[in-house]
Amino acid sequence: MMKAAVVVFPGSNCDRDLAVAFEQAGFDVSMVWHKDSQLPEAVDIVGVPGGFSYGDYLRCGAIAAQSPICQAVVAHAERGGYALGVCNGFQILTETGVLPGALLRNAGLKYICRTVDLTVATSDSAFTQGYNAGDVIGVPIAHHDGNYYADDATVAALQDQDRIAFTYVDNPNGSVADIAGILSGNRRVLGMMPHPERAADEGHGGTDGVAMFRALSGLLTDA
Amino acid sequence: MKARVHVMLKNGVLDPQGEAVRHALGALGFDKVEGVRQGKVIDLDLTEGATEADVKDMCEKLLANTVIESYQIEMA
Repeated sequence: MMKAAVVVFPGSNCDRDLAVAFEQAGFDVSMVWHKDSQLPEAVDIVGVPGGFSYGDYLRCGAIAAQSPICQAVVAHAERGGYALGVCNGFQILTETGVLPGALLRNAGLKYICRTVDLTVATSDSAFTQGYNAGDVIGVPIAHHDGNYYADDATVAALQDQDRIAFTYVDNPNGSVADIAGILSGNRRVLGMMPHPERAADEGHGGTDGVAMFRALSGLLTDA
Repeated sequence: MKARVHVMLKNGVLDPQGEAVRHALGALGFDKVEGVRQGKVIDLDLTEGATEADVKDMCEKLLANTVIESYQIEMA
């Protein structure tokens, strides 16, 4: 069975939702505490969940990025392991340098919590192969600091390398190039502000996130 | 021994909070404000012998995100 680990920081609040989404796709999921310095053995994918790790002190994700478990997550990613960072998890992955850029305060300054339409910008990744490029999916966002920023050269590189995974149909937060989610250079790490784990069950009001977890599960089974 | 670190968003990075403050000042009738940039000040109490190089290291690793922020160090 494929193994997923979900990191829990003080202030994480989407950790269990993310774990359930992995479980429903067939993963064996373990929760990992921020003070742990090692991931469980033979973990296929690490989930870095949404929330307000360490109260968002200093900058969103800045303190979490320095935690013992994050060093293990960075090492896992550097070894070619898979990782999914959602919302605060995306902020954390940019703070660690695993993903480029940074998340700024929303351009409209307001916290935004609603379902938005995303365009699947590439199907060429383990995360997005269950969609077709150009598909529009509905996924909830819930963030105050989701305004993706990277310098022009970085954005051009993301575009040239087909590493933009999702874009907003109607940009809610000022993100450069409407970016909602990006992939690492080896396409095995995805960071995104929208919450696919909140669109993973009929009870959520939408199931457009399910294809991501199913695709991951299928890929890792075949591997 | 003390150090003061000023962290600001880099030029060219939109500062929506500074913009909001600028608008609010305008609404109050302060019509001589052309721009506002908001940052943060971090005061460090340091042990004797700490150097500016130590503080620079702290800035690079944690206190500032150099993708979006610049910093200035004052040793005192």
